[in-house]
Amino acid sequence: MLKASASIQQVSPGRKVISAAARLRIMQATLFIGLMLLWYVLTETEVLPTFFFGQPIAVFKCVVQWFVTGEIFYHLWVTSVETVLGFVIGASLALICGLWFALSPTASALSDPYIKAINAMPRVILAPIFSLWFGLGIWSKVALGVTLVFFVVFFNVYQGVKEVSPVVLSNARMLGASRGQLLRTVYLPSATSWVFSSLHTSVGMAFVGAVVGEYLGSSAGVGYLILQAEGVFDVNTVFAGIVVLTIAALLLDALVGVVERRLLRWRPT
Amino acid sequence: MVDAMAIQSAPAIAFKKVTCCFPKAAGKYGSAGEIYTAVKDVSLEIKDGEFVSVVGPTGCGKSTLLNVAAGLIRPTSGTIDIFGASLVGGTNREAGYMFQAESLMAWRTALQNVMVGLEYQGMDAAKARDRAIGWLAKVGLAGFEDRYPHQLSGGMRKRVSLAQMLVLDPRIVLLDEPFSALDAQTRVLMENELLALWAANRKSVLFITHDLEEAISMSDRVVVLSAGPATHPIAEFEIDLPRPRDVSEIRLTEQFLKLHHEIWDVMKEEVLKGYAQSKR
Repeated sequence: MLKASASIQQVSPGRKVISAAARLRIMQATLFIGLMLLWYVLTETEVLPTFFFGQPIAVFKCVVQWFVTGEIFYHLWVTSVETVLGFVIGASLALICGLWFALSPTASALSDPYIKAINAMPRVILAPIFSLWFGLGIWSKVALGVTLVFFVVFFNVYQGVKEVSPVVLSNARMLGASRGQLLRTVYLPSATSWVFSSLHTSVGMAFVGAVVGEYLGSSAGVGYLILQAEGVFDVNTVFAGIVVLTIAALLLDALVGVVERRLLRWRPT
Repeated sequence: MVDAMAIQSAPAIAFKKVTCCFPKAAGKYGSAGEIYTAVKDVSLEIKDGEFVSVVGPTGCGKSTLLNVAAGLIRPTSGTIDIFGASLVGGTNREAGYMFQAESLMAWRTALQNVMVGLEYQGMDAAKARDRAIGWLAKVGLAGFEDRYPHQLSGGMRKRVSLAQMLVLDPRIVLLDEPFSALDAQTRVLMENELLALWAANRKSVLFITHDLEEAISMSDRVVVLSAGPATHPIAEFEIDLPRPRDVSEIRLTEQFLKLHHEIWDVMKEEVLKGYAQSKR
């Protein structure tokens, strides 16, 4: 960051902005280092018991160990697969249902109270049922992810279809669109754009579904690592798992950002 | 042969005692359940190849009339004939419609927007692409094929809409204040271009506007509508100005001013009525 500010020093108003941003970054880093130091000192001096609070260096070592031995990659892979499947299946179902309900007043009126009820329900509580139904493999986690993703996307699609401009619709009809063509060229693209606008939230939900599902019972995945470590009171490994999950979530979010920019190129920024 | 002759002589659009009623929106102009009569007993013919403008005060139901001609609204009573055939059910297949509001698909590029109608007809993609590129060039947008609507100016978007409609080669063109959102200069340019395109391939045009100057400078005939509710035509004027016309120049001629004066005399009262109603 410091380097960047040094290389853009020719333009004075620009420099001011850059250096302000750089200063902010430095302060953010300082805050992080400060908190880590505090954690280190407090646990080292046993003000906070290491049994409950772990130790930053041990946590760091554990994370490094995982990556060096490659042990973590399998678990990350499992969690990622669960996330992707949860998202894809949940979003597809939501897209279909959202389109159907928005275009069929009967279906929407009939199911309205149930949709509301299921949406209001804390759906994480379905995890034990999914474990019973789908076993300890990936599918119980995918199912949990699906229930979480579905509603985020569903309401977006529903709203999106309801808000399709009537002028664009009339125009498509005047250009000779049949009902099917209207669905394909007007409703679907505008609904899809709403799916993508909720992408950050829904992918995050799929990730939550995967990890929580693993934590509640599994044989692989980062949530499983945490569950195991917790079983033997290894707090450092629990923290290490949380660190890995946080990094994975940030990477996932960045990836979604890239995809979003690609797919929504037609949107005014 | 006889049939062909009959079709030839049939008017492009014939409104026959068309009346349109809508249930009133609650609270706005009265309680819910009341019926609002937008247009009443409108009989009007647009001959094949004729350019007819309909003028009237704002909110008088001009667009309703156009939507009836397009088949987007069914009249409550009365009928509408398109080239002698009654329009029942579905949209008017002979007509292209250019809307007042933004009507392009935001997720398609200019080229894809122009292609969409041909796509609906099931035309081969490569052929549709060639035609669409040709029409974009005709409306002065060569080189803008891959722009999305939000990357184009208001005038350019209108040009894309124009190309989108004309690429299908409709026999009737319906225009609903298409240029009202444009700035004065762009507007004159677009009006001239529309006239040139029309002159090259005489389609029947029904042009809705509240701008009397625009109506006179472009049309063969101007129809004046009364203020709403229960709008109906109250006068018609043949515009015998020579063609080809330049819309900005023709506005300065003696003949134009005389026509403008005559029509405005009739229209003024309706505009005042419309104004009084909108204030109530």
